[in-house]
Amino acid sequence: MEIRRCNDEIEISELDPFLAELLRQIPASADPKGTTVAEQRLFSPPAHETETDLCKEWKLYVEPELRRLFQTATETVATDLQQLNGSEKTLANRVLRIPWKHADAWLSALNQARLVIAAKYNFSDAELGDHFRSPIGSRRDLSLFQVNFYGFLQECILREVG
Amino acid sequence: MSRMPRRECSRVAQKKQFKEPIGALWEKGGATTIERPAIEKETRSKEDLDLPWLVIVHNDPVNLMSYVTMVFQRVFGYPREKAERHMLEVHHKGRSVLWSGMRERAELYVQQLHGYLLLATLEKAACYGDSPLQ
Repeated sequence: MEIRRCNDEIEISELDPFLAELLRQIPASADPKGTTVAEQRLFSPPAHETETDLCKEWKLYVEPELRRLFQTATETVATDLQQLNGSEKTLANRVLRIPWKHADAWLSALNQARLVIAAKYNFSDAELGDHFRSPIGSRRDLSLFQVNFYGFLQECILREVG
Repeated sequence: MSRMPRRECSRVAQKKQFKEPIGALWEKGGATTIERPAIEKETRSKEDLDLPWLVIVHNDPVNLMSYVTMVFQRVFGYPREKAERHMLEVHHKGRSVLWSGMRERAELYVQQLHGYLLLATLEKAACYGDSPLQ
C-alpha cells in the first residue's frame, strides 16, 4: 500500500483486498450504538459529575451537535469509500482517492473508529503499543490490527496536513 | 456548533412589567400611557465572577500524539512547540491545563475539544488547585 498526495487528493494505491475491506469497515466501526462504553467514550462528560446542571445541559444541547458532527464525518468517508465497491477480486490493487477537503472528515472518522473499537475490547496500553501483533488469531487480534492500521492512516493524513 | 446556554444558576433573568403610567404625552389631545420597559436583571455570584475556569485535557492512550498536537494548535492557536509541550504533559502526567479564563469561553473550548474526540473537562480553578499554564 502506498499513500501520497497528488494535487488536491490523497491517493492510497496498491490496496490489497484485506486492507480494502478494513477501509470499508471504517463507517461501521465508528458507530458506537449498542456499546455503552463506546458511547461513553465518544460522549464524555464536560465536567466533574458534581457540576450537575452543566452536565445536564451538555447532554441536552451539545451532545446532539456532536452526534451530527461525527455522523457527517462518517458519511463523507462512506461516500469516498464507494470507490471500493465491488467484488473481492476487483479489489486487488485498487486505488482510493480522497479529496483534500475531506481530510478532516477522515481524521475524525478514523479516530471515532479507533476509540469505539478500543472501548469495545478494552485494550490495555501495552496492547495498543504492540504494533507487530499478527491480525490472524482471534477477533481481538484483528480489532487491534484495525486500530493500529487506522492510526497509521491518521498519521499519514496528518503528515500531509502538515 | 451552537453555543451552549448559560446555566440558570449563573443568570437570573427577572422580567417585571409595570402597568402603571410612568409618563404621559399629549397626543391628539389625549394622554398616552407608556409602559415601563422590561428590566433584565443579571446576577452572578461572587464566586462565579472571581474564579477562573480551567480547560483540562486528560490522557487517552488511543489518541495519537501528533493528532492531539494538531488539535491544540487548531483550537487554541498555540504554536507547535507549546502545543507539543501540553501534549507531552497530558501523556506523562495524565492531564494538562490548556487554558483558563471566563466560563463561557472555557465551555466553548471544551465543546471544540470534544468535537475532536479528546477527553476534556472544565473545572473551577480553586476546586482542584491547578495553576493555569498560559
